[in-house]
Amino acid sequence: MIDPTVVNLSRLQFALTALYHFQFVPLTLGLSFILAAMETVYVITGKPIYKDMTLFWGKLFGINFAIGVATGLTMEFEFGTNWSMYSHFVGDVFGTPLAIEGLMAFFMESTFVGLMFFGWDRLSRPAHLAVTYLVALASNLSALWILIANGFMQDPAGARFDPVTMRMQFKSFGALVFSPDAQAKFVHTSIAGYVSGAMFVMGISAYYLLRKQHREFAARSFRIAALFGLVSTLAVVTLGDALGRMDDLVQPAKLAAMEGLWHSARGPSAPWKLFALPDDEKQRDAASIGIPYVLTPLVAHEWKTTIPGIYALERAAKARTVSGIKAIIALKSFGASHDPAALAAFRKHENDMGYGFLAQRYAPDQDLSAITPALLPAVLAKTARASIPNVFVEFWSFRIMVGLGVAFIVVFAFGAYYSLKNELEKHPLVMKAAMLAIPLPILACEFGWVTAENGRQPWTVYGWLPTFQSASSHGIGYMIFSLAGFVLLYSLFIAAELYLMFKYARLGPGEHTAQPKPLPVPVRPVFGQPGYAHKPWQ
Amino acid sequence: MELYIALKIIWALLLGVLLSGLAIMVGMDMGVGTLLRFVGRTDAERRTSLAIIGPHWDGNQVWFILGGGAIFAAFPTLYATSFSTFYVVMILLLFAMILRPVAFEYRSKVDARHWRASWDWAFLVSGALPMIIFGAAFGNVLQGVGFHFGWDGQYYQDESFVWYLLNPFALLCGVMALALAVYQGGAMLMIRGMGDLAARARRFAIGGGLLALVLFAIGGVWIRFIKGFAFTRSVDPGMPATPLGGPAVVMRAGAWLDNFHTHPLLWLLPALGACGMLGGPLALLARKPVLGWWLGALAWIGTIFTAGGAMFPFLMPSSTTPAESLTVWNASGSAYNLGWMLGFAVVFVPIIVTYTGWAFRVMKGKVNPATVVADDHFY
Repeated sequence: MIDPTVVNLSRLQFALTALYHFQFVPLTLGLSFILAAMETVYVITGKPIYKDMTLFWGKLFGINFAIGVATGLTMEFEFGTNWSMYSHFVGDVFGTPLAIEGLMAFFMESTFVGLMFFGWDRLSRPAHLAVTYLVALASNLSALWILIANGFMQDPAGARFDPVTMRMQFKSFGALVFSPDAQAKFVHTSIAGYVSGAMFVMGISAYYLLRKQHREFAARSFRIAALFGLVSTLAVVTLGDALGRMDDLVQPAKLAAMEGLWHSARGPSAPWKLFALPDDEKQRDAASIGIPYVLTPLVAHEWKTTIPGIYALERAAKARTVSGIKAIIALKSFGASHDPAALAAFRKHENDMGYGFLAQRYAPDQDLSAITPALLPAVLAKTARASIPNVFVEFWSFRIMVGLGVAFIVVFAFGAYYSLKNELEKHPLVMKAAMLAIPLPILACEFGWVTAENGRQPWTVYGWLPTFQSASSHGIGYMIFSLAGFVLLYSLFIAAELYLMFKYARLGPGEHTAQPKPLPVPVRPVFGQPGYAHKPWQ
Repeated sequence: MELYIALKIIWALLLGVLLSGLAIMVGMDMGVGTLLRFVGRTDAERRTSLAIIGPHWDGNQVWFILGGGAIFAAFPTLYATSFSTFYVVMILLLFAMILRPVAFEYRSKVDARHWRASWDWAFLVSGALPMIIFGAAFGNVLQGVGFHFGWDGQYYQDESFVWYLLNPFALLCGVMALALAVYQGGAMLMIRGMGDLAARARRFAIGGGLLALVLFAIGGVWIRFIKGFAFTRSVDPGMPATPLGGPAVVMRAGAWLDNFHTHPLLWLLPALGACGMLGGPLALLARKPVLGWWLGALAWIGTIFTAGGAMFPFLMPSSTTPAESLTVWNASGSAYNLGWMLGFAVVFVPIIVTYTGWAFRVMKGKVNPATVVADDHFY
């Protein structure tokens, strides 16, 4: 018997730790490339102000990076500690991108980040620049493999369920890596990181400009960030659109919830809801304002297609549940007896087995074989209802994310325009907006995460393994212990992090430019030359 | 099928390599963290200690993350079961592991006594606790853990975590792991530290190495009396990876020595470990810390492979349902997956070793306290 409270607490813990971790990731992704860009200018032009910029923004990058790494550890281990059934079920295919991420990306990022911070006086300029680029490249590669793993949860490509080992077995590396969902999501997410980094640099630079401090430094940083941010935001919106079309094909329930579509949208005149208050209990909108002739072309990029609504999707789920229940009963019998007839019965209904798992929760004592014909309609209705994600959450998190994205285009466009015309100081409003917008891209990323992962519910592996089935069989005491610990530790961390960020942002770059650098810069032309013992203090 | 067996064995060996890398590199940093308050009497000395591993701890820590990822992929059922059964200690380990990076980055960024003192305590806890847990987990696994599986592959726990925390053999393993970490950290502090700092580090490291040797010897005798696990009939190593409907397994005192009796060459493993633990302190006495560091690495490799050699092919035996014990044969990934992963490991592990070595060479040499204190980019 699975205890629903334990599952809910596990979900809460995972969501809290993931959302928390995801505050720091976008900034790491974005700032690493901005640092690389600034240092490139320094190496090419030799102007020390660009080194000051790299050092200063590098320091803020470091404060953010440390806590990003720390909280990322939690994510990698939480699958095992809290989602044992999930880990067993998909480890053969889902664990692989995580392991490759470590081998290919995270090792590189973490080894070179040490040299990036500490190697200024020990590496030649080009070598240090190369190190900075490797950090940026590796942090993005890291995101690639993590999102390939996530892509598998959204659209399990490249694996097949094996009734003997009772898990998904890896079948095609290419299908896993080149899953369209994973690829589109990688680009969308990492560029959202660039937007966050750009807004961070632009906003803090605006703060200095408004206070007329470090003006040259701030003006240059502002310009780099505004241009980088404008290009990135436009790219994010484009890729987001591509992701929406992907969901149309792979996860129709997510799309229907995102758009609040209770009824299927047929033909071009179906309204796109600008505003709605979806009521999940009653499955209708308490209020809505729609714009006709927008939805179908926006989502499907054509006029005539039908977009299935939630009622239609629930009807389809009922049919699959009937078949899925047969699949699970046959699977259980095959596991106990290894009877070929049971295997054949399972094979017939294999593709619906996820719906059988989903129905387990609503069966008497969570045992599917105990469902009598009289009970069946109620179980089917509950399962069908459970197969749809929460519409209110999905509808609004999606709209907030998109709304923020559009707002960023405006801020970056004005920022870039006035910065290029050297008229920024005449337009304090633009700078105030930039300053206030610093946390907003991160907020948009968080809402993006909610849209993607709430919309994936009730599945951990879309269509195959329900979230309810995935959790470890812990007692409630364990969960309270870990949740309380995470909340306490993470609260302390965020307090320390914000304190240091504000402290160093307020201090500004002046502190460091004023400091003389006593150590000479040694040139290290040969890679790993033996006998090298540079001791600058002797 | 032959290929599948070979892949399973290779990944069992690679698991040993990963755990060794983790123990040596992360253990070194944790040793420094543990020693921080003892070898560093002044703030400058403490900052110097942190600067010694400052450029490397982040990269070293990836051994821990890679270890998690590789077990997840190569032995999914082991990952799912072990991390969940050891929930309380795993969460404590996680708390310690997430405290440490923050401590590195934030400690010296505020010049206030209480702020820094608090983070120094954080270093002690986040250094010592994970090593004790790491060792104790090994100690528990050697004694078998109480779990069984449901029909769908979900594990169920049969024992309370208190048993895992408080049992003498596990504590012995935990203290031994901490002693080796202190040794490794002390050796590193000697290599790059100067003056009093290096002198104090030397004393702690020598003590740590010798303590580890004594505990290793006690553990070796103790293991004769602990109930090990053995198959009662031969199993097919190429079997599909499922712990359900497994072969007959018995628990018998001294069974962990069976492999050593059948393959006497395996005695080389504990011998190598003991050589490292004895030779290391001698090298430090002779003021050869670099040699001492490598002997410490040898001690870790010897210890981990001794445990692995004793248990093979068991990975995590079940004391309550021995037939559902997790082994190299029944807990691994599919052949397709193991093959791809091996390809990636063969390409990337040498690259990782190369650039890690390069990073250590770039930062090589004594760390001068004056430079550390003067430059606020240092930890």
